[in-house]
Amino acid sequence: MKDEQAYITAYSSVARRSACRNGNIVFQGDENVNTGDFLTSLYKYLGADYPKLYKMDNLSRLGFLAVELLLTGRNLSENYNPEETGIVLSNANASLDADVNYMASVKNIPSPALFVYTLPNIVIGEISIRHHFKGENAFFVSEKFDEAFMHFYVTDLFSRAALKACICGWVECFRDDYKAVVWLVENNSREGALPFTIDQIHKSYLLSNGETNG
Amino acid sequence: MKPVYVIGENIVSPIAPTAEENFTSLKKGITGIRLHDNRQISPEPFYAALFDAGGIPENAENSYTKFERLLIMSIGDALRKTGVPVASRRTALIISSTKGNISLIESAELTEALRNRIALSTSARLIADHFGFTSQPVVISHACISGVVGLITALRMLQSGGYDHVVIAGADIITRFILSGFQSFHAVSNEPCKPFDAGRNGVTLGEGAATIVLSSNKPSTGEVIQLCGGSVSNDANHISGPSRTGEELFQAIQKAMEEASVTSGEIDIISAHGTATLYNDEMESKAINLAGLQQVPVNSLKGFYGHTLGAAGLIESVIAILSLKENVMLPTPGFHSRGTSMPVNVSAELRTGDYHCCLKTASGFGGCNAAVVFQKAV
Repeated sequence: MKDEQAYITAYSSVARRSACRNGNIVFQGDENVNTGDFLTSLYKYLGADYPKLYKMDNLSRLGFLAVELLLTGRNLSENYNPEETGIVLSNANASLDADVNYMASVKNIPSPALFVYTLPNIVIGEISIRHHFKGENAFFVSEKFDEAFMHFYVTDLFSRAALKACICGWVECFRDDYKAVVWLVENNSREGALPFTIDQIHKSYLLSNGETNG
Repeated sequence: MKPVYVIGENIVSPIAPTAEENFTSLKKGITGIRLHDNRQISPEPFYAALFDAGGIPENAENSYTKFERLLIMSIGDALRKTGVPVASRRTALIISSTKGNISLIESAELTEALRNRIALSTSARLIADHFGFTSQPVVISHACISGVVGLITALRMLQSGGYDHVVIAGADIITRFILSGFQSFHAVSNEPCKPFDAGRNGVTLGEGAATIVLSSNKPSTGEVIQLCGGSVSNDANHISGPSRTGEELFQAIQKAMEEASVTSGEIDIISAHGTATLYNDEMESKAINLAGLQQVPVNSLKGFYGHTLGAAGLIESVIAILSLKENVMLPTPGFHSRGTSMPVNVSAELRTGDYHCCLKTASGFGGCNAAVVFQKAV
């Protein structure tokens, strides 16, 4: 499949107390807040009415909110069937943040509410429930974000007509170090869309590293 | 789509260290599940399929963890007869695991060094270096479908034309972290698990590793098995409970069969996930009916191996491959009478037949489902 057959129709990032959409800062949190408090403030800013967020671990909250921001003003169910929409995510430390929290509970009473988050793909499950995505999903672990592999995997899903829309990206959270960068990739172009290429993934990933447009 | 062939396989389990020995033992009805009383892992005695202490030999020259030694044993044995050029950039390595080296946080302070040591990419790099792989290893951690997602990823990498060979290995070990978690959910059976049975009451956990070597090149001799299709879906319903309808697992089954160009009438045997929890087996029975496969013999191997998490999909796929080669369908230890609302043809005894095509399914936390189709090459 040629690159121009899939398009980045939006991208968003959440890192270092900033939330950006398409390269522009839309929200900045207070200084010296921890990950959980920052994510709560972002949740309130986004105005999402989804109290289940409070049950989630920080990795799931981070991925969930990055996707809320990504899909601002969009309802993908208007364009696609549930099985045509999927999620492919990656990070470096899997669910280590939740693992440590669960292990602390084991010394007293092992907590099922904490144990369920000790799987990195739970963030995919949470986003799928929220947006009713039932298509292909996968969670990969790599030391650094592997732009080329993510591009291959998602492009392949489009080329075999397994998906028509895919959210892909990097969602990493360990204690007060967190970073999410997610792309909405669709088989139809829209105004302002970018070609889904390794180069474009690379450029927008760099923007999330602090080089913002606005 | 380019055809993809199985050219090597291994299982390292508490039952045996090779695929052939595992299959022979399973045909004799030998199970790896025992009652264990190990206070380091659990305050109560528990059933599980675990390696004996020292069962996975340590190597004085290196510092591989048990998880990594298992993978190295499994990959080494699977590669032995294949002649795969591991150093080629066109040979890939995929590692699948649910929890990898997580046991390391049970007894030590989490320093940055330990955090790097636990990272699955560290294990993948050590294993790649051990064998001399030069391509960047791919790591999948997708709950209990990790092994099947590994196979599907490999299929896609080979069909893209970017690779000639892909080695997929999966492993998980059972420690206090994992067992206590399943116990906290009240999901662990107080007797060896009973997949699809009316009296089932939870999982039995197990540890093990398995490897499958896939190639774009068809082997010139012997019965050859192809991996013909695969698909992944999500329930979008609940993070720790399966779908109430089975529609999403059915969706994965249907897409895998479409990709393999087979109809439900052509599926000869099904290797189910069959964890023996009430909800999983019920959901699977619904999906099997939606696919029109309720007459097809189905088994679950959890009564032999326990639930080996990220290794399960690969261990069970290796057995499926050998079942097709030998025309033998293994039984479902623990199953006596059907305990699902929809009919399924659970294989209670060993059967023989003319088996050409096998469907393998898996489901896991996070609402994930996966299915693959194996077929005899013509």
